[in-house]
Amino acid sequence: MSSSTMTIHLKIWRQKNSHSKGRFETYTLDQVDEHMSFLEMLDVLNEQLIMEDGDPVEFDYDCREGICGSCNLVINGKAHGPKHLTAVCQLHMRNYNDGDTVVIEPARAAAFPVIKDLVVDRTAFDRIIEAGGYVSVKTGSAPEANLIPVNQKKANQAFDFATCIGCGACVAACPNSSASLFTGAKIAHLNKLPQGQPERNERVLAMVDQMQKEGFGDCSNFAECEAVCPVGISISAIAEMRRDYMKALFDD
Amino acid sequence: MPSFIEAAQSQVGRKILTGITGFLLLFFIIFHLAGNLAIFGDEHDMNRYSAFLHDMGGLLWLARIGLIVAFGLHAWIGISIWLKKRKARSQAYNVYSSKGGASKQGLSSRSMALTGIILLIFLVFHINTFALGDTETVIVDGREMEDLRSLVIETFMNPLYAFGYTFVMILLGAHLGHGIWSAFTSLTMKSKQLSAAIYSVGVVLAFLIAIGFLFIPLYIYFTGGCGELLGGCT
Ligand code: HEM
Ligand code: FES
Repeated sequence: MSSSTMTIHLKIWRQKNSHSKGRFETYTLDQVDEHMSFLEMLDVLNEQLIMEDGDPVEFDYDCREGICGSCNLVINGKAHGPKHLTAVCQLHMRNYNDGDTVVIEPARAAAFPVIKDLVVDRTAFDRIIEAGGYVSVKTGSAPEANLIPVNQKKANQAFDFATCIGCGACVAACPNSSASLFTGAKIAHLNKLPQGQPERNERVLAMVDQMQKEGFGDCSNFAECEAVCPVGISISAIAEMRRDYMKALFDD
Repeated sequence: MPSFIEAAQSQVGRKILTGITGFLLLFFIIFHLAGNLAIFGDEHDMNRYSAFLHDMGGLLWLARIGLIVAFGLHAWIGISIWLKKRKARSQAYNVYSSKGGASKQGLSSRSMALTGIILLIFLVFHINTFALGDTETVIVDGREMEDLRSLVIETFMNPLYAFGYTFVMILLGAHLGHGIWSAFTSLTMKSKQLSAAIYSVGVVLAFLIAIGFLFIPLYIYFTGGCGELLGGCT
């Protein structure tokens, strides 16, 4: 496979820790292969920085195949970069042109404090899950899988919401820094399934409460979250959350 | 289980309340527009309409109190959402842009608080001009009525009023352009399939409402209050 190389100018947010004030640092990479992924391009930069005894740029990743939700850069003002339905680890340099300047910032939200450079603390999401994003089951021998019939349509809808990888792009992109899409998807995923029914009311009340306590903003229905979501979760997750919340209030 | 007050203050409760009050205000605005268009009816239709409202007495006061509460609650929550967003992102992005696609981010959705606050300020002037304005008394259908119609025509002969009103009505259209869709979503009347349709209906409705309102001052101004639709001048 033939490939062309290009020069990319990078403007990257550098920040020592959550207390220090960050600033932009500029770097230029000359031999960027169009087949590199965006994160591989950053790997090349880091190798270069290490060779020069510099401090490599910290950024989050794990699977690099769009399924774990670790990566979450904001590139030229867009969470996960320019492509729809694509986590930044799946973004390739062929989407850029020779000589482009690329600005990389961390996901910015008060509830996601910067740990270092482009790495932010997303444990607020873990605490929302701990508040109710689970089903309580008896452990022991596995029950017969087909014992509980699941409506096919409901199963498909639940699956659509279950695809949320928890990357936090929805928060990063929301003008209000709301976590409603994440929380809504996690609630709807379980509340649609029979296994989620016993705890449905407690779940929605507790998770909405926790989301608010973490300091995320209100939802203004901008739907920017849906646009940046790497797995395409619809904003109807948020409508579901509101409906389940109202149902929980009137059901006792 | 949260108490009713706690639930109303939750992020979900606040949206339900902005949605309900938003829809109430929307119904009021449509009713108000229908009433205003009476100016193009018979010479005294607008005065009859005004007299009809005033004859309702207690009911009218009930509606007024309802509207004050709706406006107050709507504005209070709307502004507090807007203030909260600054706290929720203490450090702003240096570069930020919408990703397009499913996003409803735009001039209309981003300026909800601004257009809302201008509408609130406008409301004070508006009530002062028409509801509290000086009117002559005319005899219509054998009874005394306030001549609201003449006050309206006189007011909009003034370019300051004619164009000022037009400007604010454009902002109302902008507010509703995002607002109608938003209220549907807030009140959970939303599905993946209907989303695009609801958004389009909202924008079209917002456009029609704005055009309906701003047509009146502009028509009066440009025809010198003597347009054919107004029955001409003798
Ligand atoms: C002419 C009367 C008005 C009408 C018909 C109207 C209508 C609406 C509607 C339908 C919504 C969407 C509700 C939702 O998101 O669930 C909305 C949102 C909003 N309105 Fe109004 N509104 C009016 C006046 C005002 C006023 C006076 C303010 C004063 C500040 C205001 C501020 C807002 C704000 C900030 C939002 C966005 C709330 C959010 O972030 O979700 N509106 N409005
Ligand atoms: S690194 Fe796992 S989704 Fe991007």
